[in-house]
Amino acid sequence: MDLVQVFTDGLRAAVGVPAIAYALAVIGLNVHFGYTGLFNIGQIGFLAAGAYGAGISASLWGWPLPLAILAGVVAAVLLGLLLGLPALRLRAEYLAIVTISASEIIRITVRSTSVEGVTGGPQGIGRWASSFYDVNPIPSGRYGIGSIEFNHRELWVMLVGWVLVALAVLVTWLLVRSPWGRVLRSIRDDEDAARSLGKNVYAFKVQSLVYGGVLGALAGLLLAINANYTTPGEYQTVFTFYMYVALILGGIGKLFGPVLGSMLFWFTLQATDVLLRQLIQPGSWAATYIEQRDIGQLRLALVGLALMLLVIFRPQGILGGRAEGRSR
Amino acid sequence: MKSDLARRLVCGAMVVVLAVLAVLAPRASAQEGDPAETEVAIFGALDDADHGPVEGAQIEVLLGEEVVGTASSDASGEWRIVVPGPGTYRVRIDPTTLPEGVSLRDPERTELPAVRVLEGRDKRVVFALGERARPRPADVVRPPSGNRVVNRLWTGLVVGIVIALSSIGLSLVFGTTRLVNFAHGEMVTLGALLAWLFSSGTVGPGWSLVIAGAVSIALSGLFGAVQDRVLWRPLLDRRTDLISLMIVSIGLAMLLRYTFTVFFGSNVRPFREYAAQAPWVWGPLVLRPKQLVVLGVGIAVIALYALVLQKTRLGTAIRATSDNRDLAESSGINVDRVVLLVWIAGSGLAALGGVSYATLYGVEWDIGFRLLLPIFAAVVLGGLGTAYGPLVGGLAIGLVSELSTLWVPAEFKFAWALFGLIVLLLIRPQGLLGRAERVG
Repeated sequence: MDLVQVFTDGLRAAVGVPAIAYALAVIGLNVHFGYTGLFNIGQIGFLAAGAYGAGISASLWGWPLPLAILAGVVAAVLLGLLLGLPALRLRAEYLAIVTISASEIIRITVRSTSVEGVTGGPQGIGRWASSFYDVNPIPSGRYGIGSIEFNHRELWVMLVGWVLVALAVLVTWLLVRSPWGRVLRSIRDDEDAARSLGKNVYAFKVQSLVYGGVLGALAGLLLAINANYTTPGEYQTVFTFYMYVALILGGIGKLFGPVLGSMLFWFTLQATDVLLRQLIQPGSWAATYIEQRDIGQLRLALVGLALMLLVIFRPQGILGGRAEGRSR
Repeated sequence: MKSDLARRLVCGAMVVVLAVLAVLAPRASAQEGDPAETEVAIFGALDDADHGPVEGAQIEVLLGEEVVGTASSDASGEWRIVVPGPGTYRVRIDPTTLPEGVSLRDPERTELPAVRVLEGRDKRVVFALGERARPRPADVVRPPSGNRVVNRLWTGLVVGIVIALSSIGLSLVFGTTRLVNFAHGEMVTLGALLAWLFSSGTVGPGWSLVIAGAVSIALSGLFGAVQDRVLWRPLLDRRTDLISLMIVSIGLAMLLRYTFTVFFGSNVRPFREYAAQAPWVWGPLVLRPKQLVVLGVGIAVIALYALVLQKTRLGTAIRATSDNRDLAESSGINVDRVVLLVWIAGSGLAALGGVSYATLYGVEWDIGFRLLLPIFAAVVLGGLGTAYGPLVGGLAIGLVSELSTLWVPAEFKFAWALFGLIVLLLIRPQGLLGRAERVG
């Protein structure tokens, strides 16, 4: 067994594009859930809004990429406002059901063959972000340390991605420590108290939903640009649950929690994958029980188990230290 | 306290692992002689120019005279049958299982006599449906005619009863414990999978579906009881907040669901006795006998459920507990026992829902997950936590989703139900049968 490979492959995943995108989306989720107490389990819908908003305006209407990206962000803002209307007046369990339903409605709609001309149906929209790579300042070649290597194309997306993550952390930090952020936290801790102090709780919730949703849209844009493709299969409800694993791993309501959590999540996911593949080398004892094609499923079952155990035994996240109290 | 919880969790995990191994054992031995390292399949998608994706059509693959696999097309018209290995197969479609108004382009060509499957590559085959390609904008759907309305109503009624059965457990568990259980869909799947296992002749004992279904319902009820005792009650005793409970249930759902696929694979498998049935025609109505069975059993069970709720002390206790837990407890009701019984009954009913749904559309590893949002919609529509809400909600969801296919493509079936749910929450957040409660 090659544990070095397990470690380096995991590390490679921890700094790669999916981890960056998750970090962005989970920062948004942290604003929703960690700071405002909104249990949004349809975050993947915002990723879809971002990616399809940009993809459609670029491929169908031929908008230049920067404008298309803006369209993606606007789509997420609209989704946040639209969703806020019914969802935010409801109790937590209803909010959960409405957000997951909305994300599923989006996926079913873009996947439909009846709107194939717009969204590409099940095939999705391809090659709409090529101009992103035309402005790549990094000379072509491979860069890296040891076996952790990336080509110029990946490195360019990662560079932009990490800058975005840094900006998102900074802006979130500024917002959360502002009076606006204090109101959010007071809504989380005691909604009625916030209301009795004359705060318009509903308006603050909508703003929180929209801001976190925009971060989700940026994550969706990053993933779509990285693949240069947008397909409905990437927007299944289960991916929001991955984000919750990352959020809880890093620590709910902590500024850097989402970033650390996403990196840890992808490290673990990739490392388990490599480990399982090594375990089932022909002839080994594990090969009699596990087949190659089962690994993906087994990994997901483990994600589920991890989610349960984390919430039950370490709700404060893997790094310890009590997160800001949620009084409910 | 905490170590006690850990002990219970370890015990629970062992029970689950043992149960899973018990399920695994027969299949693992059945697979030993399987030479094909990577599986190959024959697949296709049935799409009619007028009707859209064709659901529920039966397809068979034969090697010589021996049937090696059957499948029924899913809601998007897709079907897939795993074959034993490379070779030349015959693929046959049962034209009587095509829905009203859909027919083969060449009615004689129900069988493709020589489909060659190569090593390691899935083979796509096409059954041409409808008249020769007539250009048509994709979003135009034929206006409803008498026959179609009647048949959609009928299917909606059957599906609605199935959703109602599956929803009761979710609503009662919420009513008595405030837990929104995202793993409820997996109880539906478990019922279908166990019934398939016990009724299968190749990997199971090959019991008739009635016995297999009853055993499956009993085992699912037992699993519900284990879940309550080992996982949920300790968490509730710790005063775990509502949202943490929801996240734990999401984790449990993922754990169960992906464990199911590891053992069951991703194929749709019909129950042996209900693989293909010739429809009966009653005037404008075209129905399958199995729909009639599902409806009959469903109505009988729901009647029994209502009788228990209204006429027995247990029923009164359940209604009282879901109405006001503290009040029920202080008036001498053993709430823990009520909750345990609710878990057993709810899981058993979910399993029955799973068996019913699988009788209609075949067994698949994620049927419960696909039904989860419609089930949620039904429960919220009827009023979360109410005893009779799921029945009203389930019927409404079944009818709305089936009738919607008269005007919009069938892909949107459940999207409509979800959309209706969101709109209803805007107007009447407490659901149709719920009582208003001030929130914010």
